[in-house]
Amino acid sequence: MANPPSFYETPAPPGLKGIKAWLLTHDHKRLGLMYLWAILFWFVIALCVGFLLRIELATMGPTIMSARVYNSAFTLHGVIMIFLFIIPAIPAIFGNFFLPIQLGTDDVFFPRLNLLSWYLYMLGGMLAIVSLFSSGGFPDTGWTFYVPFSVGTKHNVPMTVFAAFILGMSSMLTGLNFITTVHRKRDPKMGWMQIPLFTWSLYATAWVQLLATPVISITLLLVIVERVFQVGLFDPAKGGDPILYQHLFWMYSHPAVYVMILPGMGVISEVIPTFSRKAIFGYKAIVVSSMGIAIAGSLVWAHHMYTSGMSDTAVFVFSLLTFLVAIPTAVKVFSWVSTLYKASIEMTPPLLLSLVFIYLFSVGGLTGLVLGAAGPDIHVHDTHFVVAHFHFTMFGGTGFAFFAALHYWWPKMFGILYNFRVAYIATTLTTVGFMFHYVPMFILGLQGMPRRYYDYLPQYAQGNMLAAVGGVLLFFGVMLMLANLMLSFRQRKTASANPWGGCTLEWTVPSPPPLHNFVTEPVIKDYPYDFSDVIAQIETEAKVEQGKPD
Amino acid sequence: MKHQDDQTGIRIGMWLFLYTEIILFGGLFVLYAVYFHDYPKEFAEGGKELNRIIGSLNTCILLISSFTVAASITAIRQECKRLSLALLAISFGCGLLFLINKYFEWGHKFAHGIYPNAPELINGPPGRNIFFGLYYVITGLHGLHVIIGMTLLAISFVLIWQNSVTGQRYAFLENSGLYWHLVDLIWIFVFPLFYLVL
Repeated sequence: MANPPSFYETPAPPGLKGIKAWLLTHDHKRLGLMYLWAILFWFVIALCVGFLLRIELATMGPTIMSARVYNSAFTLHGVIMIFLFIIPAIPAIFGNFFLPIQLGTDDVFFPRLNLLSWYLYMLGGMLAIVSLFSSGGFPDTGWTFYVPFSVGTKHNVPMTVFAAFILGMSSMLTGLNFITTVHRKRDPKMGWMQIPLFTWSLYATAWVQLLATPVISITLLLVIVERVFQVGLFDPAKGGDPILYQHLFWMYSHPAVYVMILPGMGVISEVIPTFSRKAIFGYKAIVVSSMGIAIAGSLVWAHHMYTSGMSDTAVFVFSLLTFLVAIPTAVKVFSWVSTLYKASIEMTPPLLLSLVFIYLFSVGGLTGLVLGAAGPDIHVHDTHFVVAHFHFTMFGGTGFAFFAALHYWWPKMFGILYNFRVAYIATTLTTVGFMFHYVPMFILGLQGMPRRYYDYLPQYAQGNMLAAVGGVLLFFGVMLMLANLMLSFRQRKTASANPWGGCTLEWTVPSPPPLHNFVTEPVIKDYPYDFSDVIAQIETEAKVEQGKPD
Repeated sequence: MKHQDDQTGIRIGMWLFLYTEIILFGGLFVLYAVYFHDYPKEFAEGGKELNRIIGSLNTCILLISSFTVAASITAIRQECKRLSLALLAISFGCGLLFLINKYFEWGHKFAHGIYPNAPELINGPPGRNIFFGLYYVITGLHGLHVIIGMTLLAISFVLIWQNSVTGQRYAFLENSGLYWHLVDLIWIFVFPLFYLVL
């Protein structure tokens, strides 16, 4: 059967040509790809900034930048990584591309709103660039914009804060779109317990985006109001309370870490069963834990503030709640590992990345408990221990899940396969670099080295040097991985519709998919991870191959 | 595009959006709650300085405008285009009236030296500064929402005029109406918190 033309050849709305076919498109797949390039751009920029920061810290005293530049650089690294990379990465790229396909439909519910979200994302990015070069320069507050410093500093805080506000709106509208799509555009034959886990995780994420983002919007608006009108709402001299800012900030920003990690967990829940050729262990438990994380994760924000001067009762309550979040998270980790047990595992780059994810994320999660417990947190608060912890969860977790998603869905999005050997080498290099980079930071933190400091005492020199070496490996590992993916465009090794033997709906359509995703009516399985057809097909192929010589 | 007929889906989307707006103001109400707990006396005194008559008048104006918006939706469903347009115009006018009242109210306070970062507030008791600070921030943001709502009403007006919104397709008007009700609803909370505070 000849494949129908792919979505690359059929612009939507029809009649658009050239660049307009992209810039004015309503097609969720094109928008997903537009997000892909924009987000990769920001990721590489922030990665380079992070790399420079680590080079600066490699030796004591000034190495390559001044203290002033260093303060702006770590803020820039944080703001880009959080607002322009990690929050949008998986939902905006892979969510846009695959959520409608996994639901058996042709687009999201509000396609034009989807385009608007992309423009808001780009506008937010533009504002961030402009604020770099505007008078005062990029903020030196850290990505948290804590008052009173963010109100007092001479750097150009309002514009960056406004950029974050716009990006928040973009993320909120994407969430709104996904929720409506899951409810109203799902294939009528697909029940709630037949939805693939990646889409389930996006659905849970979308609720958090919708519930929490308005809080950061108002908080950031208040920072702007404070700077422009100096009302004094957070200024103790004028009757305000700076702790309130931290409450409002973390009321969003803690749930936001689940916006960052939940879609990553969704990716892993797709990759592991596919390469185990086995139904995922505890499908319902994973669904419930996604929603559980979304709910419990909204109630733990003040564990960022144990040393800010809250009451002991509040510290106790938030510490307890924080421990509760560990339960649904652990449920997922156990389910993934149990899926691998007695499976016929096929090793591929996305699976290797997922395995690394499980390991790194577990370390990140467990060290999170050290920070969540009120006692030890007093000791390691605001040290490099915190830096190592959240990089293990955010980079080791979401970052690696993002890489896994790239390698898993690359053949579907572009219809081509990449070089596996290089992908394995890059993954190994990145992982080894990662460990060398962040493990020393745990130790430095326990020894008392504060985060965000430009300089340090001689006893921390060895650890920082090690971290710098790890940072170099990590940097080149990621670059090699991305270069390998880019080179696949030149090699043009065509991918089949289902190169991995996946069984969710996106693997039943051609690679790359046609404009309306489905050529024939999608067949909804009773259970989304039923591999019997895939296994039967592999066995038939094996028989045909065996039969050839005769 | 089969889903364009899916009115329920469009409504779900709008309600989710309204929800985010409520949380947006929710953040400010959290601030209000905490500071009211810290400075009950100054808040009560501050509330007495606000003009209850203008406040009540504005509440009535918004309630009437909410009614006329709802009525204009019913009118368009019954294909009474001119009635619908007239009702929308009244709603728009009410919004304008609300803003004019607000302008005089703020102007009056400014004349008495009560504005953000004014020496009178900064050097006075901190609770008073916070009360008026919140007053300006919350009513200011609300005023901004009134302007957005009026813009939506104006666009609906034009769309009805051009027959783009009709008795069969009135989702845009309905959603604009919902937004306008939200603006009204928030005021219903803002009004007692500032004008009737004990």
